[in-house]
Amino acid sequence: MVTATALEAELLELAGSVPDPELPVLTLKELGVVRAVRVGGPDTAEVDLTPTYTGCPAIEAMTLDIERVLRAHGVREVSVRTVLAPAWSTDDITPEGRRKLQEFGIAPPRVREDSGPVPLALGPTRTHEAQSEPVRCPHCGSADTELLSRFSSTACKALRRCLACREPFDHFKEL
Amino acid sequence: MTATVPATAALALGDDALVLSHRLGEWAGHAPVLEEEVALANIVLDLLGQARVLLSLAGDEDELAYLREERAFRNLQLVEQPNGDFAHTIARQLYFSTYQQLLYAELASGDGPFAPLAAKAVKEVAYHRDHAEQWTLRLGDGTGTSHERMQHACDALWRFTGEMFQPVEGLDADRAALETRWLESVGDVLGRATLTLPEGPRTGAWSAGAGRQGLHTEPFGRMLAEMQHLHRSHPGASW
Repeated sequence: MVTATALEAELLELAGSVPDPELPVLTLKELGVVRAVRVGGPDTAEVDLTPTYTGCPAIEAMTLDIERVLRAHGVREVSVRTVLAPAWSTDDITPEGRRKLQEFGIAPPRVREDSGPVPLALGPTRTHEAQSEPVRCPHCGSADTELLSRFSSTACKALRRCLACREPFDHFKEL
Repeated sequence: MTATVPATAALALGDDALVLSHRLGEWAGHAPVLEEEVALANIVLDLLGQARVLLSLAGDEDELAYLREERAFRNLQLVEQPNGDFAHTIARQLYFSTYQQLLYAELASGDGPFAPLAAKAVKEVAYHRDHAEQWTLRLGDGTGTSHERMQHACDALWRFTGEMFQPVEGLDADRAALETRWLESVGDVLGRATLTLPEGPRTGAWSAGAGRQGLHTEPFGRMLAEMQHLHRSHPGASW
């Protein structure tokens, strides 16, 4: 691991300040997807960006936004590299990011107890989950919520419903 | 990633993901309920993302996807099978996602050229497999009609499942162990769904490794024509 220079740290902070194109309440730093910035020459920089999901279409918008912000800061040549390893996990979302998701009406992902796929409860119809920690309604805070669909408006979310306040809501599912 | 990427294996895995993503995409606008529409589209997106990474390891992703002829595709015959009714789609999903999850988990634990993609994709595929399992239970252990149709779908696709465990050049995986675990896992789900594990050959002279050799079933050509026609009609076009 090469130690980052002050300039690299500054550019990393800058790249991380870019808002997520689909969840603009979060910055890319809070989402945990900007991995590193390397300064090559006097005004060239390479940024390592990791996708949340392999097929996440937002990665292209993120790339353009990072390039724009760093160019505006005087870095003439910016190249953004998509890196897969180590694989992104919802555990990479910062505590501040989790708080903002909740405020935005999206139940944040639970911190995973171990690695690997998250087991979901079995049931003939819509299900409650067997996982120890409940997904709380971001609106009223109730733990009495049920899964409507494992997939929602984007790949990273599941669709749930609160049984207390009856509001449907998105849950940033654990990955 | 120092080793050179084995192109045959990258094509095989990439084509599986690409072809299945296209098949599932055909459900857009036709799924039984809105949540399912969204779920299938999400699975499509995951598979397409995997396909892009894998095909890019083998060459230019667009050229490979849009400019190859049918006989140059290396996907399993299973994934090119038409959607059929919803039960057929779910049976295909159960068979394939169980295989993909086991395979990716093994590739992720090694340090070969597919390890980074596999480590990432295995977590996505876990949700695909869970989705297929939930639906298999719901349909198998549902009404008389849903049970019958789910059993019929499982039986109909059974003969395409042996090909998943044929050797692929450059793919370092313990095929026999994968097959044993696949049979256990699928058998367990079908049992809980009150369905019977199909009997009959899972491979034969007519199918052994066929898709991997470029031999495809009749519906694949038509699927490919639809998938490729826009790109071929407007060569080099961009947004």
